[in-house]
Amino acid sequence: MSDAAASAQLRGRAETLGGALPPLLAEAEHLAASIMPGEHGRRRAGMGDEFWQYRPATPGDEARMIDWRRSARSDAHYVREKEWQAAQSVVFWVDPGRSMTFSGDKTRAPKGDRAKLLALAAAVLLIRAGERVGLAQPPLAPGAGRMQLLRLTLGLEGEGEEDYGAPGARDLPPRSRAVFLSDFLGDPARVEAALTAAADRGVRGALVQVLDPVEEAFPFDGRTIFTSMSGALRHETKRAGDLRDRYLERLAERKDRLAGLARATGWHYSCHHTGEAALTPLLWLYQVLEGAR
Amino acid sequence: MWMLGPLGFTTPWLLLGLLALPILWVILRAVPPAPVRRRFPGVALLLGLTDARIETERTPWWLLLIRMLALAAAIVAFAGPVLNPKVEPPGHGPLLILTDGSWASARDWQRRSDRISGLLEEAGRAGRPVAIISLTDLPKVPRDGDGTPRFTEAKGWEARLPSLQPKPWGPDTQTVAHWAASLRGSFDTYWLSDGLDRDGRSALLKALQSHGAVRVFESPRPVYALRPPKFRDGAIELGALRADPGPEVTQTIIARGTGPDGAERALAQVKARFAPSKTEAEARLTLPPELRNRINRFEIEGAHSAGAISLTDDALKRRKVALLGPRDREGLQLLSPLYYLREALKPTADLVEGSFDDILLAAPDVIILADVAKLSPQEKEDLEKWTRKGGLLLRFAGPRLAASDVSRDHEDPLMPVRLRIGGRTVGGAMSWGQPKKLRPFTKGSPFYGLKIPDDVTVNAQVLAQPDPDLAQHTIASLADGTPLVTRKALGQGQVVLFHVTANAEWSTLPLSGLFVQMLDRLAVSTRPERPTAKEMAGTTWVPDKLLDAFGRTRDAGQMAGVPGETLVAAAAGPKTPPGLYRSEDRRLALNVTGPDATLKAASWPAGVPVEGLAMARETLLTGWFIGAALILLLADLIASLILSGRMRRPSSGATTTAAMFLALGLGLALAPAPARAQAEAAPGGAGQTAQQAPGQAANESAAPAGNDPKPGDQFAIQATSGVVLAHVLTGDAQVDRIAQAGLQGLSDVLTARTSVEPKKPMGVNVETDTLAFFPFLYWPVTADEPIPSQKAYAKLNEYLRTGGMIVFDTQDADLAIGGQETPNAHRLRQIALGLDIPPLSPVPKDHVLTRAFYLIQDFPGRYTGGTTWVEAAPPDAKKVEGMPFRNLNDGVTPVVIGANDWAAAWAVNGQGQPLLPVGSGYAGERQREIAYRFGVNLIMYVLTGNYKSDQVHVPALLERLGN
Repeated sequence: MSDAAASAQLRGRAETLGGALPPLLAEAEHLAASIMPGEHGRRRAGMGDEFWQYRPATPGDEARMIDWRRSARSDAHYVREKEWQAAQSVVFWVDPGRSMTFSGDKTRAPKGDRAKLLALAAAVLLIRAGERVGLAQPPLAPGAGRMQLLRLTLGLEGEGEEDYGAPGARDLPPRSRAVFLSDFLGDPARVEAALTAAADRGVRGALVQVLDPVEEAFPFDGRTIFTSMSGALRHETKRAGDLRDRYLERLAERKDRLAGLARATGWHYSCHHTGEAALTPLLWLYQVLEGAR
Repeated sequence: MWMLGPLGFTTPWLLLGLLALPILWVILRAVPPAPVRRRFPGVALLLGLTDARIETERTPWWLLLIRMLALAAAIVAFAGPVLNPKVEPPGHGPLLILTDGSWASARDWQRRSDRISGLLEEAGRAGRPVAIISLTDLPKVPRDGDGTPRFTEAKGWEARLPSLQPKPWGPDTQTVAHWAASLRGSFDTYWLSDGLDRDGRSALLKALQSHGAVRVFESPRPVYALRPPKFRDGAIELGALRADPGPEVTQTIIARGTGPDGAERALAQVKARFAPSKTEAEARLTLPPELRNRINRFEIEGAHSAGAISLTDDALKRRKVALLGPRDREGLQLLSPLYYLREALKPTADLVEGSFDDILLAAPDVIILADVAKLSPQEKEDLEKWTRKGGLLLRFAGPRLAASDVSRDHEDPLMPVRLRIGGRTVGGAMSWGQPKKLRPFTKGSPFYGLKIPDDVTVNAQVLAQPDPDLAQHTIASLADGTPLVTRKALGQGQVVLFHVTANAEWSTLPLSGLFVQMLDRLAVSTRPERPTAKEMAGTTWVPDKLLDAFGRTRDAGQMAGVPGETLVAAAAGPKTPPGLYRSEDRRLALNVTGPDATLKAASWPAGVPVEGLAMARETLLTGWFIGAALILLLADLIASLILSGRMRRPSSGATTTAAMFLALGLGLALAPAPARAQAEAAPGGAGQTAQQAPGQAANESAAPAGNDPKPGDQFAIQATSGVVLAHVLTGDAQVDRIAQAGLQGLSDVLTARTSVEPKKPMGVNVETDTLAFFPFLYWPVTADEPIPSQKAYAKLNEYLRTGGMIVFDTQDADLAIGGQETPNAHRLRQIALGLDIPPLSPVPKDHVLTRAFYLIQDFPGRYTGGTTWVEAAPPDAKKVEGMPFRNLNDGVTPVVIGANDWAAAWAVNGQGQPLLPVGSGYAGERQREIAYRFGVNLIMYVLTGNYKSDQVHVPALLERLGN
């Protein structure tokens, strides 16, 4: 292949990528805008630019901390406090596994799309609130600002090779917040390990299980060969309809296990279906992150 | 063909395939349905789960059954199943192919010809000798009385087939019977009937059946025929016929003729509707004389048969005859030289009277000069030019001609002979001798054959100079040999002189019927519809144009003439072929379908196989079977999809598709039922709305017809409660609504501005309502308005005569494509045909309408520019010096005709706001105002008559007052 052709191909891919990014980001921002207009502080006194409150000066306060203008209006001395605006780091992990590319219906977006959308929308919200966001996989150090959002978006593109992804707790900054978005249909032990490791480092956060409605309903019947998205796993059955009950049982078991794990480690767990609106999980996610701070 | 009950199979060996079905059953049963491959992330949860039942699943028996049935249906379909197949027994022995060969066969001659060649081929294969006979072209029966046709090899007939052509007439009953009686021997007959019933048909069938089997071919295509047109009450009446009294059919009848550019074209067309189970249909066509005279023939569109064509002759042509009498003559009506001519010609010709210049402009066919001696040189030149171009100049003598020196010394171009001074009087009070009688017409004369009544006598005449060529100019003479009628050719035309007056002064000729017949022979008047044999006696008619069976005309070429008596009585036949016959200037059409002809479909006894129809009864079932196979395969498809899980069973899209297919099938089966229900519902609904509409109208005009026992009384009371403006209900709801609103608007304006305070306007049905209550009727004319009945016309004429006024409004501003008449105006003309309407003229500037209340000069409505017509002023109305207006007609014009859509300009809604826009901006409002003023003037004119016309006396009154 000549250089010219190669560069043209590269450029074509780049354009495709660039073309897809703004819509995803725009959608995420649109979603985020419906939750919180404007910036909010920590609602605690601390370091920051915004005025928080006046409080009577107590012994131990330095003289330069006294707000003389306020104190001149009364007999007591007052100290002017600013709102605490320390930034938190939130790290997202979106399952890059092939299983996330599944969609049970042509009109529904794949689970991965929904997961990325949720992550990005939450990131938009957080960045707007002055937080720092980062990615666990591929590693992206937490940062603030709109550029970080673009980097985040770029980092979310692409998918992995294996069927089911697993979060890694290694790159999580200590005492930060984390959000894991996946269908969690893979090996639960790996999730468990990651979560325990994260809890050990003082990281708390949320597990969002994104499932397709087909995965909840299992509307299959007849002689069927089920394969995983890459075809690595295979299961043949003569009557798929007979398996339905047992499958649903196992799914419920998996959900229970995840919820239990989250409870044990101080995380939060929620299951979301791509057939429903994305606003609900985003709201939940935002509240969880807000409460965790 | 292999038969199985009523089912036959064209390729029965294919049915062997059915034997393979049981084998297929076993094979299909053993094969389980193929698995579906599905990508599913949840497979991780499935790993390790085992099926509850391990044995291979078999295809269910009902699915197998569906498949087997589908396959069986397909096999049966390809085996060519036929329901009630026609099994043709192979015949042997000679075959007689008999065809009617009439005009009715021409409509699908190609098909018949194909059938014959098919039969020939068949007979050739079977080695049967064949004879082809056409009933319209029968061979002569030889002396020995054995008319059996010569049966020869089929191949020999193939070459002669193209020369077999239908004839434009039907078989002659007697000839056919004679021929049938002469047949000998035994043979089978194949009869290609034209589908018409005729006398002697069953006798012929019996005769043929006595010789062998008879099969009949009949085309399902309907037979149409057209009777000759009749001219009655200003309209051409056309009668179309059909053989089969089937369902309602509408046929188009086209009038063809030479257009102004000389090419033949369709001049007009009219629809004739056959009512269900009726074999006759009537149509009326109204055409202007110029167009009517151009028509050559009428034909039923697409019939392609001589019977469906009617050539026209003089009976339809109305000659335009110009009458010119002596000038400045005051006299008694009965003494007018033109009186008898007028009476004689009025029923059969269009008369033109007027000044010389007007007459020539009207381009008449004939100009009659009754006792006109003096013509200016210019007039003479024009007249000669006109005659040379083919005109007929007919002159009558009289005192003036006798006294003048026209054609005295040398022959005048406009006189056939030279005249001697004076003339002569015989048998009068002051002369010797008896009044002279007429000598019988000689053979060369156009009058030859006319019977001369005894009481025709001549008292006086002008005498011709005995020039050498006098004898050849004379076409009628008196008993003593003096010429009575002379004629000479002038260019393409001719000049004819009656040496007597056109009135009864000099002879009794104009009083006799002979006079009319002579005019007819001279082609002055138009022949009545069917000339009698007496009238035609002595004439010879030569075929000019002949029709063939397909309805094409061709020049007759050299053919022997036919005596008039024979031609009148003749029907179309080999001796008198249908076409156009000519005798001098007169033409006579002999049509295939006579004026009293009727058509009847042939009916065959039950034992005779009729092919054209039996073919239809034989049903090919292949399509049905293939359809069934396809439906079964579809069902199999859906069922297997559901079974294999590819289609989700509970409430998913695919099952709805299946349900849709199911519904489709059900819908097809049940479709006719709801359609019928709808059809039943529709008339009810329509009836409801129809009932509602008059009900609303009645409510608006406050005539509650429902609870009043005598609605007529209520109507009368309401109409006479005050001045009520009324409009004629046209049946078009929109037009009626506008008319009602318009009159309401006008009533409002009248109430506001004048002492006329009309009540609520009313809609009037001219058929049922009494008109006498209303001083004024507004009649919007629409193109599809029904023509009033005779009773309504009587009522309307009574209304007009007793002082009512009708304002006709065509609402189209006279805007028509190409400057022709608008459809509405055409309708108005048709409506007004039965009304007693005086001559009209555009409103003159000094008409009372222009000053009855407001001074206005134009009469706009929603449109401007349409001409408004009122009764014409009498010709003797003259403007007097010093008077502003002429003293015009004393009465009130009974009609005002316009096109400006006045009601739309007057129309207001319930709040008194204008309903429709007029023009634009201020100018438009001004136009509306003028429209209202016209309305006020109109009503004033209606109510006060010519009161304002008395203004002419104002100067005189003022003068008297001053004194």
